Amino acid sequence: MTAHSFALPVIIFTTFWGIIGIAGPWFVPKGPNRGVIITMLVATAVCCYLFWLIAILAQLNPLFGPQLKNETIWYVRFLWE
Amino acid sequence: MGSMFRSEEVALVQLFLPTAAAYSCVSQLGELGLVEFRDLNASVSAFQRRFVVDVRRCEELEKTFTFLQEEVRRAGLVLSPPEGKLPAPPPRDLLRIQEETDRLAQELRDVRGNQQALRAQLHQLRLHSAVLGQSHGPPMAAAAYAEGPSSERTPLISAPGGSHTDLKVNFVAGAVEPHKAAALERLLWRACRGFLIASFREMESQLEDPVTGEPATWMTFVISYWGEQIGQKIRKITDCFHCHIFPYLEQEQARHGVLQQLQQQSQELQEVLEETERFLSQVLGRVQQLLPSGQVQVRKMKAVYLALNQCSVSTTHKCLIAEGWCAACDLPALQQALQDSSSEAGVSAVAHRIPCRDMPPTLIRTNRFTASFQGIVDAYGVGRYQEVNPAPYTIITFPFLFAVMFGDVGHGLLMFLFALAMVLMENRPAVKAAQNEIWQTFFGGRYLLLLMGLFSIYTGFIYNECFSRATTIFPSGWSVAAMANQSGWSDKYLSQHPVLTLDPNIPGVFLGPYPFGIDPVWSLASNHLSFLNSFKMKMSVILGVTHMAFGVFLSIFNHVHFGQAHRLLLETLPELIFLLGLFGYLVFLVVYKWLQVSVSSAASAPSILIHFINMFLFAHSSTNLPLFPGQEVTQYTLVVLALAMVPVLLLGTPLYLLRQHHRRHHPQMGIQDENKDRLLDSSDASISENGWSPDEEKAGCPGDEEAEFVASEAFMHQAIHTIEFCLGCISNTASYLRLWALSLAHAQLSEVLWAMVMRVGLSMGREVGVAAVVLVPVFAAFAVMTVAILLVMEGLSAFLHALRLHWVEFQNKFYLGTGYKLSPFTFTTDD
Repeated sequence: MTAHSFALPVIIFTTFWGIIGIAGPWFVPKGPNRGVIITMLVATAVCCYLFWLIAILAQLNPLFGPQLKNETIWYVRFLWE
Repeated sequence: MGSMFRSEEVALVQLFLPTAAAYSCVSQLGELGLVEFRDLNASVSAFQRRFVVDVRRCEELEKTFTFLQEEVRRAGLVLSPPEGKLPAPPPRDLLRIQEETDRLAQELRDVRGNQQALRAQLHQLRLHSAVLGQSHGPPMAAAAYAEGPSSERTPLISAPGGSHTDLKVNFVAGAVEPHKAAALERLLWRACRGFLIASFREMESQLEDPVTGEPATWMTFVISYWGEQIGQKIRKITDCFHCHIFPYLEQEQARHGVLQQLQQQSQELQEVLEETERFLSQVLGRVQQLLPSGQVQVRKMKAVYLALNQCSVSTTHKCLIAEGWCAACDLPALQQALQDSSSEAGVSAVAHRIPCRDMPPTLIRTNRFTASFQGIVDAYGVGRYQEVNPAPYTIITFPFLFAVMFGDVGHGLLMFLFALAMVLMENRPAVKAAQNEIWQTFFGGRYLLLLMGLFSIYTGFIYNECFSRATTIFPSGWSVAAMANQSGWSDKYLSQHPVLTLDPNIPGVFLGPYPFGIDPVWSLASNHLSFLNSFKMKMSVILGVTHMAFGVFLSIFNHVHFGQAHRLLLETLPELIFLLGLFGYLVFLVVYKWLQVSVSSAASAPSILIHFINMFLFAHSSTNLPLFPGQEVTQYTLVVLALAMVPVLLLGTPLYLLRQHHRRHHPQMGIQDENKDRLLDSSDASISENGWSPDEEKAGCPGDEEAEFVASEAFMHQAIHTIEFCLGCISNTASYLRLWALSLAHAQLSEVLWAMVMRVGLSMGREVGVAAVVLVPVFAAFAVMTVAILLVMEGLSAFLHALRLHWVEFQNKFYLGTGYKLSPFTFTTDD
């Protein structure tokens, strides 16, 4: 019902996971586990960002729409708008 | 502490232990747990080793300990666990411990024997008094009767043979076990019928069996018979049945007298028995004190002697030589320990590093968080010495791939909370001491479950599923009103058409992609699977190709570390080109279609599948439009390039190694070339291969001479690797589709559970009371089935499949896993 932009979420999430994955490693304190923690941060950022990106790209240009029951259409039409 | 990325450096050390101090040195090493001893006497049998006598003494002591432990357990007492630090005692103490233990064992045996004998005696006395005490009617009557007529001296029955002139009645009295009584009676009757009267009575009180301690009710009997032969028969029969026979006097008075005597005797016996038992408990108390620490000490001592047996003796220097593996960073600690332990002996023990030929064991230090992830990697195979360890990456990718298959906010939250509870309680002694195996399994993987739950919450939000219900965090991007208004969907029209589809072509219907996850309108749609299947399949392929490319990328680190630069060009590069040229291109096609093909051309949208098939067949479909100009040329180029990589992969490394081998062994050129060869050789030595199989990683020790290079083996090995990689690329990419399959199964199961169970409860009648009452059992059923089916069963299933994806599809790109772990000689038993 509301217009969603594509650019805004991309910017927000890229920045967010970018901070975690690229800037985060600089702030890990020195210690025996530094390497492992950096690996974990980068891997988390890559995995989660990729997963979110796939989800939004798949919906960018839908080739078909949802098929709804008439009852659903009836109440969603008035409930959601 | 080193990092987890590869094994720590492990060095082979040689220890010189002076004979006097050898025991204490090894004992100290056992306390520290630094060195894994190598068996230098492997060719010698166990009976011919130097310290076999000491080992045997320790084993005998352990046998005695087991006997004592059994006695303590039989008495129902409990051994306290050993406390404090208990180092292995010096050898001279062994004699003292042995004497003490033997003495205790002997005392215990004596006391037990006495106790048994006393109990048996008491048992007899009790039986006797019972036999005498109980009144047995018929035989007495017979006796009385027999006495009567005898006074008259007239025979009662005129016997034919006249041999029954005297009817002197004799008695046999005794006691028999209850289950034999019936048989005894029957046999007596059959054998001597007519000549005896037997009376069987149960004892009033139960007697404890002296040996087993079980209470049993004995039967006492009195048999009155006449005739000598009958008497003999009766005695034989009662002997057969192991009855206890007691002398039975005819006169009442005499019997009373004997009874009183017996009672006095049993009284005294009771007192003696009590004394004995008090002494027994005293002895057991001493055993309880000695046993825990003694057991630990002797076990340590035996371990030390077994370790010493692995050392070889140097006759000239009067010391023992031991060889072992030790982490390189622990060497100073090792030196220090040896110095400390051998300071009294005058000559100090030394350790120095020696070059090694064999592959050292792998040592990767983990803390309690990383241990579970290292565990699942090691379950497949312990890494070779210094090869890249997949565990640090597995910490994140494993929970992530699990979550892709499990994605649901509600279920993820439950799993996360369960794991959090375990993590917060991990230091409680009650939790640590739990013995249940299934609990131990879950508890050991608590950090694993924590991350799995956390990632499942994230993927649940992306899939927009919370107990199968979608949430509208943001408003949906599809406008039903716009569709209805522009298509003229009046109420009448709606009532005529049960299902209608929203068309994104109509302006205003589709307003933009949902910013975080899958749009909630799809959960209301009846064709949501069409959309989700397409989405999840493409997602699986993208994640799969990324994961596998990462695996090939990791092999770069292996090649660089082991100095095999040629493999970078001849193996890794062709592999990457093959994988990315074919399946990376597929990913590109998927993403391109998502970005470029809009709904206006939906009717004629190109099919990626057809394009991909035609790519390999070099065919062309006229009905399938190209995605971008020049697509066919690009595809042909990529296929040709990928096919060209196959011979490079197949022949590159073996030919290179063959050339190296020839150069080294057959210098045919002049001196200049020889110098060049020598330079090449020395640089090759640093590249050095264990030529007989190109995939062998060099052991971390320098100074290896060239092993045999067998050309045919090298070619064969590389051929297998090539076939495995190329065919594997295709099958492994398809294998990642299980991410789609399992997430579909989870979503459907969860939906069914909601629709069939919970919705029934929630849509129950209008009256508040009815719905509230019915909802309680309905929710109970829903909760139980959610936990059992969706959390446990689906969780285990997704765990297994994520593990398989890691072990096979990811690790076969770079990991060999044919090493062995460093298991140092240590006294801490982890059982």
